[in-house]
Amino acid sequence: MVSKAKKSDYKVIGTRPIRHDGYDKVTGRAQYGADIKLPGMIYGAVLRSPHAHAKIKNIDISKAENMNGVFAVMTAKDLPRLTDKQRGNSEESGSEKHLSENVMAFDKVLYKGHVVAAVSANDVNTAREAIKEIIVDYEVLKPVINVDQAMDKDAPILHEDFIGDHLGKKVKNTNIATYNRYKIGDADDAFKKCDLVVEKEVELQTVHQGYIEPHSGTAIWDEDDRVKVWTSTQGSFSNRDSVSKVLNLDVSRVKVTPMEIGGGFGGKIPVYLEPIAAVLSKKSRRPVQLVMSRTDVFDASGPAPGGKVIVKIGVDKNGKMLAGYADIRLEAGGYPEAFIEAAAKCVFSCYDIPSMDIEAYDVLVNKPSSAPYRAPGSPQVAFATETVVDEICKKLDMDLIDFRLLNVAEKGTRTALGPKYRKIGLKEVLEAAKKSDHWNSKLEKKSVNGKVRGRGIASGYWFNIGEKSAVNLSLNMDGTVILTEGSTDIGGSRASIAMQAAEVLGINAESVRPSVVDTDSIGHTDVTGGSRTTYATGYAAYKAAHMLIDEITSKAAKIWDISEGDIIYKDGILSSRTDSELNMTLREFADRNPFGPVVSSASVDLEEAAGGFGTHIVDLEIDPETGKTDVIRYTVLQDVGKAIHPSYVEGQLQGGATQGIGWALNEEYFMSDDGKMLNSSYLDYRMPIALDLPMIETVLVEVPSEDHPFGVRGVGETPICPPVPAISNAVNDAIGTRILSTPIKASKILNTLKSM
Amino acid sequence: MIKVFLPYKTRKLFDLPVEIDAEGNNLRNLIEFLDIKYPGLKQELVDDEKLKPTISAVIDGRTTRLGLIQKLDKVSEIHFLPSIAGG
Amino acid sequence: MSENNVRKVAINTTINGQEMDILVDPYVSLLETLREVVGMTGTKEGCNDGNCGACTINIDGRIVDSCLVLGVEAEGKNIETVEGMATPEGLHPLQQAFLEEAALQCGICTPGFLVSAKALLDNEPKPSEERIRHWLAGNLCRCTGYDKIVKAVKKASD
Repeated sequence: MVSKAKKSDYKVIGTRPIRHDGYDKVTGRAQYGADIKLPGMIYGAVLRSPHAHAKIKNIDISKAENMNGVFAVMTAKDLPRLTDKQRGNSEESGSEKHLSENVMAFDKVLYKGHVVAAVSANDVNTAREAIKEIIVDYEVLKPVINVDQAMDKDAPILHEDFIGDHLGKKVKNTNIATYNRYKIGDADDAFKKCDLVVEKEVELQTVHQGYIEPHSGTAIWDEDDRVKVWTSTQGSFSNRDSVSKVLNLDVSRVKVTPMEIGGGFGGKIPVYLEPIAAVLSKKSRRPVQLVMSRTDVFDASGPAPGGKVIVKIGVDKNGKMLAGYADIRLEAGGYPEAFIEAAAKCVFSCYDIPSMDIEAYDVLVNKPSSAPYRAPGSPQVAFATETVVDEICKKLDMDLIDFRLLNVAEKGTRTALGPKYRKIGLKEVLEAAKKSDHWNSKLEKKSVNGKVRGRGIASGYWFNIGEKSAVNLSLNMDGTVILTEGSTDIGGSRASIAMQAAEVLGINAESVRPSVVDTDSIGHTDVTGGSRTTYATGYAAYKAAHMLIDEITSKAAKIWDISEGDIIYKDGILSSRTDSELNMTLREFADRNPFGPVVSSASVDLEEAAGGFGTHIVDLEIDPETGKTDVIRYTVLQDVGKAIHPSYVEGQLQGGATQGIGWALNEEYFMSDDGKMLNSSYLDYRMPIALDLPMIETVLVEVPSEDHPFGVRGVGETPICPPVPAISNAVNDAIGTRILSTPIKASKILNTLKSM
Repeated sequence: MIKVFLPYKTRKLFDLPVEIDAEGNNLRNLIEFLDIKYPGLKQELVDDEKLKPTISAVIDGRTTRLGLIQKLDKVSEIHFLPSIAGG
Repeated sequence: MSENNVRKVAINTTINGQEMDILVDPYVSLLETLREVVGMTGTKEGCNDGNCGACTINIDGRIVDSCLVLGVEAEGKNIETVEGMATPEGLHPLQQAFLEEAALQCGICTPGFLVSAKALLDNEPKPSEERIRHWLAGNLCRCTGYDKIVKAVKKASD
């Protein structure tokens, strides 16, 4: 692990204090979504469609309603019908109608597991028995389960009344929700001038974020038509917006209290159970709690889109890229949004290509509605691009890193969507890769026990969304500071936010006490996602800390009866320029201050920032008799801007890489022809375990961002982008053939070896 | 004159060149200018007197959060893009 | 009387050194019993079918997935959960090591890992990295990639 910043630059930033919420989390005291118990609380269960595509003809809830122990039963009849109004950008797009229908189906079910009804009862087992008594009359329809089937001219249509947007043209009777195209320069012409053109098509299966904590939702709908929600969410405010929308209430009538969250990776941005809990609570006049089973999580919560990606790159004889073309087809699931804009943004993001032409399709299929998964759209396209790059290097006999450096994207490079990059650090990352221990170590192609080995390298990118955050600070009587913020903490963010405030205030990290609070207690704060939290909420903390110092110095000036300009505030100590006798610590100040509570409040609405590029190097070993692949060495290099708490930055790199490794080698939605996920358990949806991995080396390259006072770049998402192609390239290095579909599982490797 | 870049989709719909020269001391005025030059263009970008939530405006590489009131001072390039999510 | 007209069963069990009498539906798991009946939510449900280890507890010195054990099987047993690891003297060395090594991100798998790892260190004071990884193969973590967890267990074993 290498940090290039001088240790002495900062007092708190770059250190590794114990996270403030750590003690609660290692003792089991921390309360996650399903841990909350409210007085009088009852439990709910949901009825889910067994069919991937069907019309709902009738739902008979009479038997369930009359069961002993059942309080209430609901169907979509209990929800308002919403309009086609688009919801906008952020992490949840599509229309209001789609949001609501995904929570509970109105007329049609679009994936196995789609909710059709729900029950509240004394205890969860009674509720589960009761949903079995609900009789649903379905007219089963033929499903489409991948982009090819969905785009076929005779394909059954998921949304009969939906109007697709195909490059601005409104199109009916289509499963292509959106078709868009992006052009820079003249790629057709540029390809003709190339000395070498390489094209590859890759296919990816649907994968799930795999967070260990299932979704839950606990709600009270009270006599004043106010709804209180307790949930594990990546965004209390986006949750509040969605819940209030589905229930047709003003936003102010809903209060969301975020519980601790057991993983999200984007998947805990959409709402699922909260509106259901609220309606059941209204009908039961009790607090209601619903928790998803693991099967439900797989069947019905948003996975990451599978799909097909074609990338074609043309170079001149020296290896300079002249043209790039991509065809991106991603599965949106039952409702629109397959993150094709982001995919288009990222496909050529690592390279300076003067002419680009990208076509992208957002395709409806009978699978659960796709949700963001750590850099949504980017890993899918990185697979294709980094495969093509690897192939070009082989054909031109060029070094894998030198080629990338020759074509590297840097400040001023025009991106596929149009704007030019501001300051970015891919060049520095590639140079660090070139110098790295891993890259310079020799890899024996054959191990003693007959296994074959290969090495692969790949790059990837995700940007940082900015958006809104608010932070409040308050000085305690003992000179410590309370910090309240609204960013739910998935991976140590409350510590890094507190550290940024502590750095400004000149006190130690432990002296700033952070809390993540509910939607009534803090200004609007956007989701913990999009790699924005350390950047944006940290910036708000930075601002609030400066404002607190202003408050302190103004009050200290009054205490000492000197001018504010004479006050020096440094490292938590107040002194005077003009009188060396005047000296007090924050604690002494707090004690002496008669001018009222010392508080500050700051908010930001930040622009998108350039984010950090990553390059991964992987060595793997394949057993030619079983096809099993072991990762034997893995290095993650990434531009992190400035690592506030290096341990948690390293953690993001290691965690994201591990998810990518699972995506590359084992993970997939294994679907039956009629659209049912056959491996909806952790046994068969095979995520990496401790035994699958070596230690994951991390190299933190720091090219400070221009957009944050400490140079912070959000790091969370980029690490999942390079692993799939890095591993695919390594497999090719080992066995001499590319496997261009995920997962690159043992059976595929064996079949490939047999056919060679 | 500011160079304005619209999404390919919009260029196709309105038969526009890749780069358009436009004027305006804020985003609202610039869009009005564009709408006069290419009638109907405003409707693609603006809804309810605000920049559509599905559209981002990037000014010399920086995405503005201010929407139509964003002042334009010594600006070279403005890109209108679809706004994008994350996870 | 519960819905199926099955009576709850009275059991006597010891949890984290404290003996107690509780009433349990005979068809309910020990995981559900701990969380709902005893009110100890430190043990987590991740999958409810024995594949993630988030519900790991220690029964009479043996680690098990509590979702695969019936509540009534706790009769007469000594059960240890994450809530019993720290003492008035302080955190267990594993808990301390997890904090120092940043071996948790979201923390939902942490109770399961701590109980599992404690069982390893109780029996094998200085396990190798490979042994640690093998022992913890039944505990899933989606956030960390296991690197810092393994380092923390090694640190605690020193």
